[in-house]
Amino acid sequence: MISLLFEAYHYFLANQPRFWAATTQHLWISSVALAISTVIGLPIGIWAAHQARIGQWAINAFGALRLVPSLALLFLMQPYLGIGALPAMVALTLLAIPPILIATYAGIRAVDGDVREAARGMGMTTAQILWRVELPLALPSIVGGVRTAAVEVIASATLAAFIGGGGLGIFITRGYALFDTRIMLVGAIPVALLALAAELVLGWTQRRLASNLGTAT
Amino acid sequence: MAFIIADRLTKTFPGETRPAVDQVSFEIKQGEFVVLLGPSGCGKTTLLKMINRLYEPTSGRLLIDGVDVRSMPATALRRRIGYVIQQTGLFPHLRVEQNIAVVPQLLRWDRARIEARIDELLDLVELPRSYRRRYPRQLSGGEQQRVGLARALAADPSLMLMDEPFGALDAITRARLQEELLRIQQRLHKTILFVTHDVDEALRLADRLLIMRAGRIVQFDTPLAVLAEPADDFVRDLLGADDVLRRLSLLTVADALASDGMNGDHTAHGIQETLNPGDNLREALIRVLRSGGRPLPVVENGRQLGRISPDIIASALTRKTHALPD
Repeated sequence: MISLLFEAYHYFLANQPRFWAATTQHLWISSVALAISTVIGLPIGIWAAHQARIGQWAINAFGALRLVPSLALLFLMQPYLGIGALPAMVALTLLAIPPILIATYAGIRAVDGDVREAARGMGMTTAQILWRVELPLALPSIVGGVRTAAVEVIASATLAAFIGGGGLGIFITRGYALFDTRIMLVGAIPVALLALAAELVLGWTQRRLASNLGTAT
Repeated sequence: MAFIIADRLTKTFPGETRPAVDQVSFEIKQGEFVVLLGPSGCGKTTLLKMINRLYEPTSGRLLIDGVDVRSMPATALRRRIGYVIQQTGLFPHLRVEQNIAVVPQLLRWDRARIEARIDELLDLVELPRSYRRRYPRQLSGGEQQRVGLARALAADPSLMLMDEPFGALDAITRARLQEELLRIQQRLHKTILFVTHDVDEALRLADRLLIMRAGRIVQFDTPLAVLAEPADDFVRDLLGADDVLRRLSLLTVADALASDGMNGDHTAHGIQETLNPGDNLREALIRVLRSGGRPLPVVENGRQLGRISPDIIASALTRKTHALPD
């Protein structure tokens, strides 16, 4: 086992340029997907939170999207978007929208009715209530959603290599094709570390925000 | 002219047949402290929320200072009306100073003016200025409601709406805040509409009581008048108008003395306990009974004004009751 890691390390040293290029692309694909899904998920979550009835229905519909396996999503994209990084990004974006959207919805719904009423009673406009009250109070929840999405996206971006999208998955597909565990590890270990890093950083941010609001458990 | 004029205000919520507030008309003068009292579901909160248009009336008209409230945007109207609610509704993510600054900021006051106002308000509600940087969760319930009061007073509105502001507080804190509110009111002379279902609180605070039942006003008069002449059995039961102690709590030692004629310089050897002219008669009676029923001297600024005995209290009670309404 130790020797396997050692050999993987040797492979990494021997293939550094390719490794760093793959890592950069992995992070690029993940970040773009995460950014786009936030841009899409946040407003829909905000909108849904302000709808009395169809809001919950919309949330359930998006939640169902999570049930589609990411690999299936990836291959479903292929006939329409071909191969490469683009279909991977689209698939990952679709994957990341539900957790962000649901967390936004839940965060805004959780804002105390008294607080919202006080804001209205003091003469805030709907937009002022959103920006000054609801979003700040929902922020820990929203960051929690981004955290979930980030971990999923970084892990799933590995699959991009299956459709020629690049990223650290290339070492896994190559290692698998060559029956070479060392090469697979050069892809798998960094992906795990990146996902862990995202989890730790965003989890820490979320806890900091929550404790600022006094809502930490 | 009256400061607030409600003309057949009606609110029917969607999907309900019976109006929550039904053709209610009343007038309130500037500087009056009006308490809206009634059982839950009587429409008192709905009525209050129609005044700052949190609820839009189904029909009827409401004038504040001669202006129809619907002639201006609801947000502009609300910024001119102080609003205090039960669970304070303080913004948990904002510090005390930021909470107080909300309405002045909405009104685009300059920074120096807001800063000065925050200090002034903390002094007014008797919170230390060091509380500025605290978050609401770092305060006790009573302190939070003081901040809620300061926040509502921030832009110096002439009208204050208070929706069971002390309902969630323990009895001691509630009594202290009631006293504070009366003290503040004596200084600022706001027009206050205050919703409660606590009869003692209502009697203690109100210049006039607006008693509601099933969406209508049953009686609108001073506490003493309402107690002396309840409009019907509902009001009688609601107020416990037969409760002698409750009536005594609305009369002061000075009221009893004024007409007694027993004034003079009584020396009070061996008696330590004295009464103030401002004490209410309920308190006075308790203390008279506690000292064995013997009359207690009333002292102001070291001068004895007279004495209060059980007889005097009894005659004050019957006289005041019959003297009203005038």
